[in-house]
Order: sequence, then C-alpha cells, then structure tokens
Amino acid sequence: MTDVAQPLRLEVDDLLEMQRRMIRVRLFDEAVKRFAKRGEIAGSAHLSLGQEAEVVGACYALRDDDWMTGNHRSHGHPIGKGSPLGPLMAEIFGKRTGVCKGKGGSMHLADFRVGSLGESGVVGSAVPIATGAAFTAKVLGTDQVSLCFFGDGGANQGVLHESMNLASIWKLPVIYLCENNHYAVTTPASEATSVANIADRAVAYSMPGVTVEDGQDVLAVHRAVDDAVEHARAGGGPSLVEVKTYRYSEHSEGLRHAGVYRPDDEHAYWLSRDPIVRFRGVLSQEHDVDGETLDALEAEVKAEVDEAVKFARDSEFPEPAEAYEDLYSTRVVTPAPTA
Amino acid sequence: MTTMTYLSAIGQAQLEAMEEDERVVVLGEDIRSNLYGTAPGFVEKFGRERVWDTPISEEGFAGLGAGAAMTGLRPIVDLTYASFMYMAMDQFVNQVAKNRYMFGGQATIPIVYRASMFYGSSMAAHHSDRPYPMFMNVPGLTILAPATPYDARGLLKSAVRMDDPVVIFEDATLWFAKQDLPDEPYDVPIGVANVVREGDDVTLVAISGSVPHAVKACEQLAEEGIAVELIDPRTLVPMDTEAILASVRRTGRLVIADPAHRTCGAAAEISAVVAEEAFDALRGPIRRVTTPDIQIPYSPALEKGLYPTPERIAAALRQSVGAVGAGTSA
Repeated sequence: MTDVAQPLRLEVDDLLEMQRRMIRVRLFDEAVKRFAKRGEIAGSAHLSLGQEAEVVGACYALRDDDWMTGNHRSHGHPIGKGSPLGPLMAEIFGKRTGVCKGKGGSMHLADFRVGSLGESGVVGSAVPIATGAAFTAKVLGTDQVSLCFFGDGGANQGVLHESMNLASIWKLPVIYLCENNHYAVTTPASEATSVANIADRAVAYSMPGVTVEDGQDVLAVHRAVDDAVEHARAGGGPSLVEVKTYRYSEHSEGLRHAGVYRPDDEHAYWLSRDPIVRFRGVLSQEHDVDGETLDALEAEVKAEVDEAVKFARDSEFPEPAEAYEDLYSTRVVTPAPTA
Repeated sequence: MTTMTYLSAIGQAQLEAMEEDERVVVLGEDIRSNLYGTAPGFVEKFGRERVWDTPISEEGFAGLGAGAAMTGLRPIVDLTYASFMYMAMDQFVNQVAKNRYMFGGQATIPIVYRASMFYGSSMAAHHSDRPYPMFMNVPGLTILAPATPYDARGLLKSAVRMDDPVVIFEDATLWFAKQDLPDEPYDVPIGVANVVREGDDVTLVAISGSVPHAVKACEQLAEEGIAVELIDPRTLVPMDTEAILASVRRTGRLVIADPAHRTCGAAAEISAVVAEEAFDALRGPIRRVTTPDIQIPYSPALEKGLYPTPERIAAALRQSVGAVGAGTSA
C-alpha cells in the first residue's frame, strides 16, 4: 500500500504544488522555531517538522470547498489547504492582521476561506466539529467532505469514538486522519494504545480502516486519503486513515527531553527518510523535473516565508480594547468597570 | 388563543421554527418517538433528515451540532436532562463558547441547546441538577430560563433566530403549567426581564421554577399590606440588570429566589451587581432564597424542603421589609 507508482489523477503540476506546500510547511515552522527561540513569539509552538508529507498528502486530496479541523500541532494544515502564509504567521506573532486577529495563536489557527474550521488545543475536542460539518453536507445534500486531523494521543479520547459511531450510523462524509507520530508528548503510542495499528479500530465502527506505513511518502498518503474522499463523496460514509510519521522537534518548543523518551538513532532514522528530500528525488528521477526548477521552487517558497515573517513583524499588535470584540455576533461585551 | 402547557409551548415553538427555516433540524435522544412531547408528528411532517435520534453520546452530538451550525445548519439539540450536559462539558466550554472568539469572528454558530431540570421529583442527585450558574460563568453562551409557557415558546423562537449559541434551561416542575397563548407566532426578546407584578415596598427577583412560588409569596404579602415588585429575568446571560437596578432604586430592598445552589449562583451574581451599582439605594441587606450547597437526596422527605418555597420566599420578604427580626433566609 506504500508504493509510489504514478497516481491516476495527478499531473506533474500537482506534484510540484505538493512539493511546494511541503516546503512551505517546513520553512514556515523553521521560522516559527527561530522566532520562538528569540522570544518574539509568545506562548507555545508545536511544530510539524517531519510530518509534512502526511499534512500535504491529505489536504491535497480535498477540494477548495471541503472542510477540515486540526489539532494543537496544526500550522501545516491550513498551509496544506492553500491558506496564504502572511496572516497565519501574523497570528502566531499575536498581531491584529493575524488570521484570527490575534485571538487564537499557534494552537488555534483557522481560515474559513479555505475550509479550515479551526484547530483545537484540547486533544480530540475538534473531532465532533469536523463530524458536524459532514452532517451539514449530508443534510443539505451537497457532495462536500470533511477531513479531521488527530494524533495517536487523540486516538484514545472518548469523543473520537462517539464521533466515529455517529458518522458510521449516519454515513457521514468524513475522513478521520490519525497522524500517528508515535508519541503523545513523551508517552509512546505502543504503551497507550490497545491495538497495534490505530486503523484497526475502524472495524468496530464498520468503516474502512487503512494504515499508511510510510507516512513520509506524500503520494502514499495522498492515495489513501483520496480513496477515502472518493468513498465519502460517493455516499459511502466515513473512513479512518492512519499515517505513521514522526515529529523531528520536541512536543513543543522549549521542552528539553531529547533522548529521554525516544532514542537518538530513531531520530536519525527518520531524518534519513525526510519527506521533502525524498519527494525531490521522485520528482527528478521519475518525472524528469530538472534541478533548476526544483531549486527555483524552493527559492520562491523561501521568499514567500520571508515575506510572511516580514508582514507579521511589521504588523501592529491589537489594541487592548479589541479583546472585547468577536465573542458574540449579536452583541458587544462591555469592559469590566475599574474599581 | 389556545391553552398550552409549558411542554406543548416548546413543541409549538420548535414546529414553527422548522416551518419557517429549512436549515433548522432537531436532534437528540428519543426525538422521533416524541418521548418528551416536544416533537409531536415531526417525523411525518419534516422527514427523518430533519429529525434525528442520536445514540447516547452527549459529547459527540453536542459537538456535532456545533460543527453543523458552523457550516450552515441551525440545529436545535435536545439534551433532555440538564444533568447529562456534564458529559458534553468540553464541547460547551471549549468549542461552542470559544470558537467564534478564538477564530477572530470567523465562526458563526447558530445553535440552540435545550436541557430540562428535573428537580423535585425524587430523581436523586444524578437527575436533579439546576446547572445554569456553571454555564453563566462561560463567556460566549447566551442563557435562557423561561418560567411560563408564553416565555418558553417566545424565547425559543428568538433563540433559533439568533446567530450565536444559546442554552435554554427548561424547568420540569413547570412542564404542565397552563396558559392561554396567541394563535399567531410571536417572539419574546432575549435580554429583557419581565416585571410580573409591580410594587413599591420590596423587589423580588425570581428565576425559573421559583417564579410561581414567588407569585404565591407576593399574594401572601399583599394580604399583609406589603407591595412586592416581582421581576423574572427570563434571560440569565445577558441579564437585564437595568430592570432590576431600576426597581431596587425605587424599593431599596432586594430578595432573590433561585432554585440553583447558593455558592456562585445566579442569585449571587444579581446580589453582586446590585451591591456594586445600587448600594446607596439599599435600605437593608440583600437576601437570597436558594437551594443550599447540598446534593439532592432521593427520599421525598429529604428533598422537599431544599428548594425555594412560597413560605421561605415570604419569610425572606418579611425580613427584608423589617416585618420580623433579622435572620438567615437560606
């Protein structure tokens, strides 16, 4: 299930766009890492470095009008869906021009213009939201689908199981995408999970379950998710797709537990299978894309990320009074009286 | 005019809301069988694609409703017993209440959650909660507590029209209360208190199922020559504090009857607002008639005396106007 034979529906332009988006996720998060270290980014940041193939491979199987929800490690998801980088970066910098006006930050990016219905800092909490979007598609009779990202940690939350049961009995067009990076913070998935493969749990909910063993192969991920999307759009109901991947960074920036819970050689092994390096090889060797084109693509993305960083740093912080906006659509909250 | 019970008024509001807007769907446990009486004939009238029976998965379907609301539907979600809302607390607090704010106003979440408070009928502690104060502490929710069939119907209509999430706490002690209601659809505005009875001697604010008990207490006091102004806030968030403050500024005295627990309850919040905003008008201490901070026992012999009763409310009113010596009214 992990071969990289020519996919049916992808042209070379699509493959180049997938590589472009993977590099966007990579360089975007490397910039976040840099500015978090410098103290220019407040709060915490959970990076997707190493997980670019599963993020982009999955998102690229969606149409522009399809929905998705993310989790706490989710800078990559709106990028994968095509969201512009400037407002995403500005959000992480806490600026007024941020995609959520500085109210959400790193763990709660959302860009409704591209179908990104938001991310949840509470593990598993956005799963029923994605399920509800699929319910809307079902009730209104559209052929939209909903993609729900969660991790091996989220796989053990009760609400995921309630949601998968609901999606199954009502045949909702939703794809449950488990990003299994093998660790919930420091707890190995193998110690926290009752099954060898999380996708095995699909059996209990009478839905297709697929494990993509090589989640560092963007085309393998894309093919599995594309099948699930097609199944959902055709009225077949939900699927569970598990993708085995790895995060290069610690759980969040600033944590120092390297070598404590995962061995150094494991890290080196996954680095040797880097999804972006590998896909560059696939593009040049199997699709005759020349090195100049690939270099130019990387340079373009680098310039794009630099511009996003500049936009974010040059933007204004919101005024304190803006904290009182956006809670309700129908009324304004008045500031507390000063004592 | 048609005579309706509190329950049938809710059913009428749901019926009208579904007729008026095809995006309105109802979901919850045992809806299609009309177990609770608020969805009579709905499956035949609207079809199964608008009337959904959920499995017993409160967290799952509370959140599913929110996701549906964020993408174009206007769901009414029936949680049945208010005590079951705790199963879905993460969705209420972390998704429903926060998503519009956290995403900078991108999310519009037009959803109504209905939950009935079944206290006072020997259901014991797992089915007898009046949990609205917990939800009042969560910014982003609009919270309603109708006390009459008229308000139950009109407030639900307004709630369904609203573009923000609304939680309606229905009071099962009022289920079979009857009232003549208009034949034509009507709305009751959210955020506007109802002055049930006018008077100049003391202000009585009563919430939800305490309102009919308060009316009885007012009648007793009237016989004793004391004129009570009775205010039913109807909406707990946003609270019509102006109506309460205006009354207290005139009477100088305040009693609050609230069937929720005492600590950090709705009565506590109203007390704080009045103490902050109208301290100079007060001629004596504010008095709260609440349910004490105890869990609800099963035996009728134990449960009976815990909630605000006409007698307890009347006693607090007498204390407030100085008709008897001071003492606790809890």
